[in-house]
Amino acid sequence: MVQDLLSRLGMQLPKEFALILPQVQLGIFALGILLTDFLLDRKSRWWNAVLALAGVGFSGKALWNLRNLEDVSAYHSSIVVDPFAVFFGFLFLISAALVILLSVRYLEIEDEHHGEFYALLLLATIGMMFLATGSDLITLFLGLETMALSFYVLTGFLRHRKASNEGALKYVLLGAFSSGILAYGFSLMYGIGGSTNLARIAQAYAERSPGDPLVLISLVTVSAGVFFKIAAVPFHMWAPDVYEGAPTSITASISVASKAASFALLLRIFCTAFWPIRPNWEMVVAGVAVASMTIGNFGAITQSNLKRLLAYSSIGHVGYMLLGLVAGTPDGFKGIAFYLLVYVFMNTGAFAIVILLRREGVIGEDIEDLNGLISRRPVAAILLLIFMLSLAGIPPTAGFIGKYFIFLSLIETGHYVLAVFAALYIAPALYYYFRVVVHAWMREPGGAARPTISVAQGVALAACTLFILVAGLLPDRFINFAGTTLQSQFLQMILR
Amino acid sequence: MTNEILFYFFAGLAVLGGVLVVTMRNAVHSAVFLITTLLATAGLYLTLNAEFLFVVQIILYVGGIMVLFVFVIMLVNLDVALHQVQFNRQTWVAGLLSFALLAELLAAVALARSYGEENWLFAAPHVPTVTAEGNTEQIGRLLFQNYVIPFEIASILLLVALVGAVVMGKKRI
Amino acid sequence: MIPTSHYLVVSLLLFTTGVIGVLTRRNVIIVLMSIELILNAVNINLVAFSQHLASLDGQIFAIFVITDAAAEAAVGLGIIIAFFRNRQTLLADEMDLLRW
Repeated sequence: MVQDLLSRLGMQLPKEFALILPQVQLGIFALGILLTDFLLDRKSRWWNAVLALAGVGFSGKALWNLRNLEDVSAYHSSIVVDPFAVFFGFLFLISAALVILLSVRYLEIEDEHHGEFYALLLLATIGMMFLATGSDLITLFLGLETMALSFYVLTGFLRHRKASNEGALKYVLLGAFSSGILAYGFSLMYGIGGSTNLARIAQAYAERSPGDPLVLISLVTVSAGVFFKIAAVPFHMWAPDVYEGAPTSITASISVASKAASFALLLRIFCTAFWPIRPNWEMVVAGVAVASMTIGNFGAITQSNLKRLLAYSSIGHVGYMLLGLVAGTPDGFKGIAFYLLVYVFMNTGAFAIVILLRREGVIGEDIEDLNGLISRRPVAAILLLIFMLSLAGIPPTAGFIGKYFIFLSLIETGHYVLAVFAALYIAPALYYYFRVVVHAWMREPGGAARPTISVAQGVALAACTLFILVAGLLPDRFINFAGTTLQSQFLQMILR
Repeated sequence: MTNEILFYFFAGLAVLGGVLVVTMRNAVHSAVFLITTLLATAGLYLTLNAEFLFVVQIILYVGGIMVLFVFVIMLVNLDVALHQVQFNRQTWVAGLLSFALLAELLAAVALARSYGEENWLFAAPHVPTVTAEGNTEQIGRLLFQNYVIPFEIASILLLVALVGAVVMGKKRI
Repeated sequence: MIPTSHYLVVSLLLFTTGVIGVLTRRNVIIVLMSIELILNAVNINLVAFSQHLASLDGQIFAIFVITDAAAEAAVGLGIIIAFFRNRQTLLADEMDLLRW
């Protein structure tokens, strides 16, 4: 359609343009929101959300057109559109749509319902999509920073709340610090690799003698930067504070979309440039995974703030996903992809229930605010049960299938100790997830009001629940969808 | 010969300025020493034949970012800060760890001599040929041909920074 | 001519100084300035390697790192202003609303 319009004007788009059309669509709609926001009065601000959803829709359509491509390297090899990039692109768009739906009522109650929120969210998604398609250090770095900066601002969006200010400040200082360290690692990768292109860096790394100190330093600094972004131990300290301070819909986005994008970066770099030096990092990543599961699961046990509890639980989930990387088999990578897909829905759903509790005068983040939810709003309590079951990994929810593939890959490669650890940690996880359910189902409401569910929030909750149940009972389609990532060339090269 | 003198001068100034940035009590003094470090770094770029970057560093970094820093330092209350403790409680541990990091990194660079090709980083680099096209023209060509995607992402990044700074800075939006 | 390793040493001295600044100073504006030191170290690395490899990619990367540093400084300072408006303090130790 855009092509027709432009050809009528006598202009020609280069053929490669369709490969970045998803990001361009999001950009156009983000600019549109910024331009039209001041035309809307306070009551009609939800039109911004409609525009944002339209942008996500158009971008999804453009991404759909790219889904069957063989690896296409475009724009002088700065981006590569492969099934991996398309899969992650869909994850980001789904997450953006869910977060937009959940934000409308929430921001109205917080009295910070501005168009810039939706614009920044769309711009963050552009950064994430470039992070997933980038094949060049510069593209990856800029995509990462775009996403990160948008989230710093979105975390601090509730400018009158001290918690939001503090969360944003901690996020920006620690985030900028880790980006600096990551950039230092990138500069060393460039120096050793002779180019900013990941494939050529991979070749250069393969030719280096083992134990080369500069290679090791580049590995350490890049790992530190990336582990910070996914909130893995020992760089997890920012997560509970930022998750607690940010507006809850942004917390959902940080915990899901930002994490998925950072995982895409991690997989891109570790499976291309760092794969030749795999003996150097395999044990370290395993250690980080076990430490994340430990601190995540035990840290959540004592939390009384729901958002901090879910933050620690996120740290635990990251540990599971990293185990898929340690295994390094097709099942492992498919497991990571499927886990992230399910994680989008189950974590957003959990945060959606927390959003429901927010009303005039009640912040609603404490576990005590859940008391008696089953009698106040039974639907919410039932959905909460489903989300908690999925997070804990109980069949027949989708969360179980995600963990299953990780276990499978660990056993296939003989990492029995890690598999045992992963299985053992389900016990403390069950404890704190069920603690949440107990508060919602078995405590006395104590005079708290009924939470209302707006239409948009209802749609988002329904989508999350539907996916978790359908993917749990009939997972094959979704497993195949996750499996398409394995068709990407950079994974094909290492999985032979 | 002049190249060596210039390098040691600028390098020394940069490192000295850097150390003073993190040790000064007054934030404005730190900002001034950061400006010194940035100018010295620009000088280092000049010794590396990166003329465009030399100019960009001065205009953007010193003329843009540091001016912004000084404005914000002036906006927030300065006098109170002068009497407060400047270093936090973890200073000794952090200092120790950082010196360990420094020692490791120096050792790594020294050890790098025995890896890679003969004297890889330690040989004198080739003298760049003087081309008809200057540094700026070459960078401009690369920026708009090979690196057009990062260029566009950078424009999105700057839009995010612009909107973000206004959203955070304004009292009522 | 100066060998590339000399530039690497300068850059890692600046890098470590920046890391010390981030970890030890209480004033958050100075922490932000230390992060700028780190990014400068990255740039010196990039330009030095660019000359060593006789390719301009490093200088292009450095331009983009400067762009990113500017953006980060703007957003970081904006957040600091928003924080200061609410809490009237700039000291990292006193930002203790969110803990454990």
